[in-house]
Amino acid sequence: MIRPTQVPMRERDPQARTRTFDEVPAGYTPDEAQEEAARCLQCRDAPCMNGCPVNIHIPKFIREIREGDFRAAITTIKQTNNLPAVCGRVCPQEVQCQAPCTLGRRFEPVAIGRLERFAADWESQHGVQVPEVAPPTGVRIAVVGSGPAGLTCAADLRRGGHAVTVFEALHEPGGVLMYGIPEFRLPKRIVQGEIANLRKMGVAIEVNAVVGRTLTVDDLFTDGYEAVFIGTGAGLPQFLGVPGENFTGIYSANEFLTRVNLMRAYLFPEYDTPVKVGKTVAVVGGGNVAMDAARTALRLGAERVMILYRRTEAEMPARVEEVHHAKEEGVELHVLVNPVRFLGEGGRVEGVECLRMELGEPDGSGRRRPVPVPGSNFVLPVATVIVAIGNQPHPLVPRTTPGLRVAEGGTIWTDEDGATSRGGVFAGGDIATGAATVISAMGAGKRSATAIHRSLMRSRRRL
Amino acid sequence: MMNMILAKRPLGPNVVELVVEAPRIAARARAGQFAVVRLHERGERIPLTLADWDPGRGTITLVVQMVGKSTRELGERFGIGDTIRDVVGPLGSPSTIRRYGTVVCVGGGVGIAPIYPIARALRAEGNEVIAVVGARTKGLLLWLDRIAEVSSELHIATDDGSQGVKGVVTTPLQEVLATRKVAHVWAIGPAIMMKFCARTCQEFGVPATVSLNAIMLDGTGMCGACRVEVGGETRFTCVDGPEFPGDLVNWDLLLSRLGTFTYEERYALERYVAAQGGRS
Repeated sequence: MIRPTQVPMRERDPQARTRTFDEVPAGYTPDEAQEEAARCLQCRDAPCMNGCPVNIHIPKFIREIREGDFRAAITTIKQTNNLPAVCGRVCPQEVQCQAPCTLGRRFEPVAIGRLERFAADWESQHGVQVPEVAPPTGVRIAVVGSGPAGLTCAADLRRGGHAVTVFEALHEPGGVLMYGIPEFRLPKRIVQGEIANLRKMGVAIEVNAVVGRTLTVDDLFTDGYEAVFIGTGAGLPQFLGVPGENFTGIYSANEFLTRVNLMRAYLFPEYDTPVKVGKTVAVVGGGNVAMDAARTALRLGAERVMILYRRTEAEMPARVEEVHHAKEEGVELHVLVNPVRFLGEGGRVEGVECLRMELGEPDGSGRRRPVPVPGSNFVLPVATVIVAIGNQPHPLVPRTTPGLRVAEGGTIWTDEDGATSRGGVFAGGDIATGAATVISAMGAGKRSATAIHRSLMRSRRRL
Repeated sequence: MMNMILAKRPLGPNVVELVVEAPRIAARARAGQFAVVRLHERGERIPLTLADWDPGRGTITLVVQMVGKSTRELGERFGIGDTIRDVVGPLGSPSTIRRYGTVVCVGGGVGIAPIYPIARALRAEGNEVIAVVGARTKGLLLWLDRIAEVSSELHIATDDGSQGVKGVVTTPLQEVLATRKVAHVWAIGPAIMMKFCARTCQEFGVPATVSLNAIMLDGTGMCGACRVEVGGETRFTCVDGPEFPGDLVNWDLLLSRLGTFTYEERYALERYVAAQGGRS
């Protein structure tokens, strides 16, 4: 008999967890992992693998977990995935690997993400094996940006024997993994651990190097790098563009989360960066970033946190699991509302005026378009507002790199391999696609690494 | 590693000049740009305008006024041979340096230092540079020799009249604008000083550029902490600025946003001072 439901993962109690930044899910024990692994049907055609952007050999690593050979399992995963502890935590598996799972047609699909996380965490407790690296090729490659796309690209190129240097603008590598996703969802020691592993493989990382200011892509070629991968992400925050948005007390989600995650403002004054959260907080938006911001605000002591979203819960782009966690912790969802103006006194925000919405015809995204209900204006008193309505591609590198074709919306144009309009320059992740997921950025980094490797090896042979 | 402090000297009460090893920044720096520094593992990121740089020696010069916890820590606890954990730059858009004719460079207090490279660049481009500097009192004036080197006239104002004319910088500025044909004015100093310089320039119909000192976090355009309103539009000081046309800046908004963390800043400073007291 196959167990119809996934082995549940233990989680911290919602009441207790909203007071700490500790990770919410506890992860599987070895017994739980083996029990869940036993649910896998070991399909010969492995449809799950088609759903994984970095093509992990899923049935193989699950079989190894079932057999209790956890070392073999993590080795299998790391053949194609360089950041398994991260992916096991933040990938939307329900729409990726777990969506095509055969078992999922009748029962709950295999909990592939939880098993990946188990294998990665097991390895970090039992000694990390550094993946093997091919003999030196003598080729130097620069990677701009150390988020999921850049780190994946760098690791794969390094495995191919190339000398890889990653240039990061902030003082810590990791991109959105460090500044965006909160500690309670992705502990920073996990990210730092995975990055330390890349360093052990020989990937060099230079922080505080702002490409576009400190140096340019042209400088990199002058310095002898033979190829450049741009993975600078979608770090430009979007604002609503409504009156009063610059009052104090109104943060972009990027600012709010960077203060808390990267700068550890939740530990102020032990850490020097402050963050201020009033009693009543409104978060505008319905994606994962909005959920992260809302749950973070609660943990900083807000008494009431409201999510303001202009469509309904069914259209929310956030993962179901994240919305569920937020609601469990006491975050209020206010749907079909749209802020039209902020009200303030002495420069500080005190209220948000909203319009009620109703759903009309489907728009370009296929979702029903929210239409304002005339005269439905109402005011919510708020002390803090966090705007989480999305990010645009960061313009600094496109603006300072001649010969790069930039598509509408500021993304860098690339072909399927990530090759840009300029020879030797590749791009991938959010800078090429617009804001998307961690795993799609990693997939893009991987494809570009393969393409860069092939083109460099081809030109070598010609010499 | 880089970012070692190679020289340090006091420029007055609560003001220090630091020469820091930062070859990449020194190689690329241009007038009007700034750096972001983080002192140590637990530190915050603070923006400091580049007061000078030497590409040959690979150094930058920072002039720091000790106003809060981080700047006091930098000025009091960091000395020659110490390393600043993170120094990022050059950031911001450089000043638009071209041949204007006669220009006036106004520096207030610690703002005298960052006006120096702008004056120097303007002079090198063939402009006649008139400098106007001011401070509360004589002891707070700094870099007068350097400013004199790059300007044809040096006007000084102090609030208490201890050096130069008694009053604020707008007094000599007004006099210059009334008697000379000035093409452009730069002003750097406290927000309130820049606001009144911009107003004075407007009265004379002379365009003024100001360097805004908004709160910053990353300094690379990813958060909007430093957003200001210029001509009714929201702009990011760290990427679009820090220099903007003075007459278009929403000064009230800037001043109110600068007060966002007043309570936290005071608390952090008091805690630092108490800890220092306990140690000595």
